[in-house]
Amino acid sequence: MRAIGIVLAGGNNRRMKELSQKRAVCAMPIAGSYRSIDFTLSNMSNSHIQRVAVLTQYNGSSLHEHLSSSKWWDFGRKQGGLYTFTPVVTAENSNWYRGTADAIYQNLAFLKSSHEPYVVLTSGDGVYKLDFNKVLEFHIERKADITVVCRDMEPGANLERFGTVRMNEESRIEEFEEKPLRAKSNVISCGIYILRRRQLIEMVEKCAEEDRYDFVRDILIRYKDVKRIFGYKMRDYWRNIASVEDYYGTNMDFLKGEVRNYFFKQYPDIYSRVDDLAPAKYNVGASVRNSLISSGCIVNGVVENSVIFKKSYIGNNCVIKNSIILNDVYIGDNTCIENCIVESRSTLRENSCFAGENGHIRIVVERNERYTM
Amino acid sequence: MVIVMVKKEMIAMLLAGGQGSRLGVLTAKVAKPAVAFGGKYRIIDFPLSNCINSGVDTVGVLTQYQPLRLNSHIGIGIPWDLDRNIGGVTVLPPYEKISSSEWYTGTANAIYQNLEYMESYHPEYVLILSGDHIYKMDYEIMLDFHKANNAEVTIAVMPVPMEEASRFGIMTADERHRISKFEEKPEHPQSNLASMGIYIFNWKTLHKALLAMAEQPALDFGKHVIPYCHQRGVPMFAYEFTGYWKDVGTLQSYWEANMELIDIVPEFNLYEEYWKVYTKSEIQPPQYFASDSVVERSIIGEGTDVYGKVYNSVIGCGVTIGRDTVIRDSIIMNQTQIGSNCELYKAIVAEEVRIGDHVALGVGEEAENDVAPHIYNHGIVTVGEKSVIPNGIRVGKNSVIFGVTTSVDYICSCLPSGRTLIKAGEHQ
Repeated sequence: MRAIGIVLAGGNNRRMKELSQKRAVCAMPIAGSYRSIDFTLSNMSNSHIQRVAVLTQYNGSSLHEHLSSSKWWDFGRKQGGLYTFTPVVTAENSNWYRGTADAIYQNLAFLKSSHEPYVVLTSGDGVYKLDFNKVLEFHIERKADITVVCRDMEPGANLERFGTVRMNEESRIEEFEEKPLRAKSNVISCGIYILRRRQLIEMVEKCAEEDRYDFVRDILIRYKDVKRIFGYKMRDYWRNIASVEDYYGTNMDFLKGEVRNYFFKQYPDIYSRVDDLAPAKYNVGASVRNSLISSGCIVNGVVENSVIFKKSYIGNNCVIKNSIILNDVYIGDNTCIENCIVESRSTLRENSCFAGENGHIRIVVERNERYTM
Repeated sequence: MVIVMVKKEMIAMLLAGGQGSRLGVLTAKVAKPAVAFGGKYRIIDFPLSNCINSGVDTVGVLTQYQPLRLNSHIGIGIPWDLDRNIGGVTVLPPYEKISSSEWYTGTANAIYQNLEYMESYHPEYVLILSGDHIYKMDYEIMLDFHKANNAEVTIAVMPVPMEEASRFGIMTADERHRISKFEEKPEHPQSNLASMGIYIFNWKTLHKALLAMAEQPALDFGKHVIPYCHQRGVPMFAYEFTGYWKDVGTLQSYWEANMELIDIVPEFNLYEEYWKVYTKSEIQPPQYFASDSVVERSIIGEGTDVYGKVYNSVIGCGVTIGRDTVIRDSIIMNQTQIGSNCELYKAIVAEEVRIGDHVALGVGEEAENDVAPHIYNHGIVTVGEKSVIPNGIRVGKNSVIFGVTTSVDYICSCLPSGRTLIKAGEHQ
């Protein structure tokens, strides 16, 4: 594909509550074996994008560790590669990324040194499959300046944390509202854009001159009447994970056969870093119903309607229901967990009980000493 | 002018060309080292992981019999971090020469034919390994032992029960571990230290011995090279290994070694942090258990969907187990699909097999296998890779199925105990 990829992975999100204290949203574990950014990176790799930059800032260490080798997404090539760019102090600049446009501006050298005519600009917190070639075809066909990937949302869905758009019958975007309290349209922007590389350089430079830093507010919304901005409608599964409810919901979606089938059994695949963990093990007393279990887990108790991530240990007589247990959690014997998200590397004492009340999801972070065999 | 010489202290040569005929149809299409083991691994993963965990980063893998699966598994060695600029893993098949083109006729002959490969790394020591054992071993400790004793040859040995000793190459060693006697499969063994087929040679000693013995037909380490060194008084030492080591050469031992993995704390523990076993993982998603599934005392690989009931079994990656199907004491390898309402008892089902609905494997009275009772015994049902078993078939014990079968291949939808049904030809 004649495009480079840029993943804006620097953001924090208060809606993730305690979960984002440890890591950037893009590094959130998804569906047992993946991280959120794997979906975007795999889509880029499967669309034959070879050169990808990930711009990180907030709490990046977990993300950097995940991206420490580019080979899992097939970016480890002489022609191309996977670059992670964090803010740096230079002679001209000593600022953090002050916004998405500023993050791109501070890495203009990457854009300028590329040769591909197009840029695929995305966030890293979406769970979806998309062939960017199709979006580019649409972009060229409509002679668009910027193409925004959009999606219809259920009527009545809470759109407070999205950008909503209104398009005309030719799919040209006429109105763009960022995070409206009352949305006028139920079409949202998925935070995935295609535009010409030179166009992006020009716009971002202009922004910087005017001390503007945000891609959506200062480029998309500001230019919507002067530039041809089009919306490409995506119809397959897409979900943004950047709130506790959506994060929980996205993981639970993978308990549905059609979602698993779409992501796991249909070409192309989603790739992730390989962890070399042993197969999951079930001892006497284990009982697992309607749940996903990942490699390296040892299960001795009851698991129902839950997603268990890698390398977790579940003790005897435990009962885990409607919960998400993140990586490397140790759960002592006789412990009940219901409607919870248990943060990775937690150690839950034996004979304890954790439950989210009144339909709320409780986030459990337990830092106890761990005694393992 | 300075000539930069590549130098590696110790390189490994991994013998992976054997068929392993006692694994029956499991090795009909793949070499034994490429046979699946323990849910997600292949047998060769164990020696390869040992190499990288021991700091041996140059490994020649000698292949000959059915190498396709092995080659694609090894690739350029990424899973074992053996993709190196200098060294790394190299697959070494037999090749044509100006004179005397031949297959690898014996273990030592295979090494002899690759003297040039070894020479190019200017090693001090050469580690000879075989690709068909399950164990974790730090070869660096063995090398330290080799050096400390000023040995020229060190043979890894392990104690075996005296009554089984006549099946192995048996070493007699003095209290300083120096080998005083070596007997290949002795009738009246004088010791119970069996050779594990793992040798460290000083490169010069190996080089000399191979050149001297080059004309010996079917040149073998146990039969020829070790006796040759012994006769010439080369200092040979026995390195005693006491950890877990298993030769999975027969269907029974292969089945047992898999079953041992499901113990609460297995003797051979795959969950240890410090000595990981690496493999090529093509399938990454988690495994799914449906609402009415049951699982107990089992290990299960990535991406497997369980709708039925699994007890005491080792299940590979990407397997589907249908509704109301019961699997007990069985080994199911990668990508196999099993329909609904089946029963499987003590079955070994190879990769990419399709089993229909209402199929029973391993039921009925025990009967001796009609073709190869020395291979198919202990009541194990064996199904070769890519086989197809249609709906409603009942299969007895000690029986074998290999190939795409349809209902006309069975009499009254039945394959009685001890029967062999092989439909796959060379090119099917």
